[in-house]
Amino acid sequence: MLKQTEGSRAVAEAVAMCRPEVICAYPISPQTHIVEALGEMVKDGTLSPCEFINVESEFAAMSVAIGSSAAGARSYTATASQGLLFMAEAVYNASGLGLPIVMTVANRAIGAPINIWNDHSDALSQRDSGWLQLFAETNQEALDLHIQAFRLAEELSLPVMVCMDGFILTHAYERVDMPTQAQVDAYLPKYVPRQMLDPGEPVSIGAMVGPEAFMEVRYLAHAKQMEALELIPSYAAEFKSVFGRDSGGLTHTYRTEDAETIIVAMGSVLGTIKDVIDEMREEGHKIGVLGITLFRPFPLARVRESLQGAKRVVVLEKSMAVGLGGILSTNVRMALSGLHMHGYTVIAGLGGRAITKKSLHGLFRQAEQDALEPLTFLDLDWNMVNKQLEREKAHRRSGPVAENLLRDVGVVAARNY
Amino acid sequence: MESCAQTKKYAAKDYKSDLKPIWCPGCGDYTVLNAITRALAELALPPEEVAVVSGIGCSSRIPAYTSVYGFHGVHGRALPVATGLKLARPELTVLVTGGDGDGFSIGGNHFLHACRRNVDLTYIVMDNQVYGMTKGQASPTTAPDWEGSKLTPEGTGINPFQPLVVGLASGANFVARVSSSDPVNMAKIIVEAIRHPGFSLVQVLSPCVTFRPEQAEWRDIVRTAVVDVTDDAARAARRLMTDDGFNVGKVLYKGSRPPFRPEFENTNGSVAELEARFAL
Ligand SMILES: Cc1ncc(C[n+]2csc(CCOP(=O)(O)OP(=O)(O)O)c2C)c(N)n1
Ligand code: SF4
Ligand SMILES: [Mg+2]
Repeated sequence: MLKQTEGSRAVAEAVAMCRPEVICAYPISPQTHIVEALGEMVKDGTLSPCEFINVESEFAAMSVAIGSSAAGARSYTATASQGLLFMAEAVYNASGLGLPIVMTVANRAIGAPINIWNDHSDALSQRDSGWLQLFAETNQEALDLHIQAFRLAEELSLPVMVCMDGFILTHAYERVDMPTQAQVDAYLPKYVPRQMLDPGEPVSIGAMVGPEAFMEVRYLAHAKQMEALELIPSYAAEFKSVFGRDSGGLTHTYRTEDAETIIVAMGSVLGTIKDVIDEMREEGHKIGVLGITLFRPFPLARVRESLQGAKRVVVLEKSMAVGLGGILSTNVRMALSGLHMHGYTVIAGLGGRAITKKSLHGLFRQAEQDALEPLTFLDLDWNMVNKQLEREKAHRRSGPVAENLLRDVGVVAARNY
Repeated sequence: MESCAQTKKYAAKDYKSDLKPIWCPGCGDYTVLNAITRALAELALPPEEVAVVSGIGCSSRIPAYTSVYGFHGVHGRALPVATGLKLARPELTVLVTGGDGDGFSIGGNHFLHACRRNVDLTYIVMDNQVYGMTKGQASPTTAPDWEGSKLTPEGTGINPFQPLVVGLASGANFVARVSSSDPVNMAKIIVEAIRHPGFSLVQVLSPCVTFRPEQAEWRDIVRTAVVDVTDDAARAARRLMTDDGFNVGKVLYKGSRPPFRPEFENTNGSVAELEARFAL
């Protein structure tokens, strides 16, 4: 059924249709609307039976989810930014134990400096945690991916993170096609745990493993993720047959057929990029885009196959490997090893900096001329940067960077951390 | 060196920064900021000898609004940051400011150990029984039947946290409860809290007019506690466990445990002298 609704609400309704038995949450912007909507559904009985637990921190949220998942209950939580970092130890624990928890990450920058706006630093900080990571481009895809996520998680007995851009998606009112309960029930079988705490057949979860078997346990975690590369396309195909639309999968290409320049990106910025590509195609530019839906496991073969015909690849990402360059681009380069082509890393949109069509037009044209720096920071204000660098040269005690820059631009920080 | 600070007079405004608070009109935290700055003026502490540390929350914005050293950290970690600061710079007067969520849920563990450790800090908690900043969810001090948040569909249904009782049981050296509706008295009590050695805990009933509008009534409900200060923690805890939470305006407990402080010795001597002392 088509309806106009907030991204958070759409995701909450999709999660509810997956019949989670335990939901736990600690509020943090921009995740809060999702779990609040779920709380409301528990209260009015739309989501039942379901235990909704308001916990004292994200660390507790993930730990409660670990406990309930170990007891065999379908378990869900959501967080963002600082919350994801705070729960990190438990995030690794959940995947190490192989517990199929599904978590939404409403992507937001991490501090310091504290910032509530969107980028991908939070989720990408957990890229090696052993969770599967899916990135939604639209609200429709965000809700669809949650339905697929439960299926995947439970089949593989691995946790899945569904990432959606904070505010840009979570708070945007868009038209979405809401599935029916019957469709979701047809797609998502009842959860049959591979392992669970059962007094009838007692096991203990969480054994200490020494050098004699640790490598093998870790290898199996990797092998499981490799299995996901096979499963995901088939689950996406099955999804299409039940729900009638393409959603999920490993990657999505757009106008890449004869493209000499291919942009690679994740999340909602793909929409803006596609608009720019349409406009440039009108003018005869041979340009296209590869959207990464599955970031972990990283679909190396698919990415290579999609990009190998191009002359140059521009990875535009809302994240940064400080001291190296890009995170997504490092992964893409791995997929392209041995191929001769130009590769550019563009860091854009950190902490909510707008990525405008105008800037993208300029950027892509520069790339076509191979006139881009290998590592480019889109729309960076060099005056601001140089002023601070000079200040640091001039004074030993140059003071806190963030406060200095805010003073330079005459702005006071935002609310609702 | 005799500093002129001892004779210099300060006014509350000397401790305020030029940032205009962005709290909602009527938020209790305004008067807490006033009371803190008044207390500092009363103590005539030079602003550069005071530090205010906080985590995250509406109430945790206090450091930005003062002209003293400020530290705005991550959610829940104000107390350990302040502990490190005080131990490294014992001559500073260190205040910790924050909310019931920051201090008792995500930072609850640190609260217990800060009380136990008894470092010379003054912890001012603006308790509004809600997470104001994230728009109104139940906190540890929220009544079990409050149904105002979608995250607690049937109310929390669980026992509210009693910060002062837990503080006493854990070793806090000074305990008081005040109301934001009486900033003059609050300032007096903050002065006492700062003067008292060790970990001083001040709970401020500070309404969140936006997400707990019913708390506007607190100003009419609160009454001055009719008890005198005691040095008997069990007695103070018993009183607190049997009151309704609205007895305010008094210091309830003053202990005499010596504060935790590393043994510093002046090292005016030369490196050679030091080496000689530690030589085997
Ligand atoms: C790790 C982490 N989790 C969640 C948040 C979101 N958050 C910011 S403030 C806050 C609660 C604030 O409540 P309280 O301390 O009572 O302060 P108040 O706003 O009521 O003064 C939360 C949950 C965060 N910033 N960091
Ligand atoms: S939301 Fe509540 S606590 Fe925050 S500033 Fe407004 S009134 Fe104060
Ligand atoms: Mg509060």
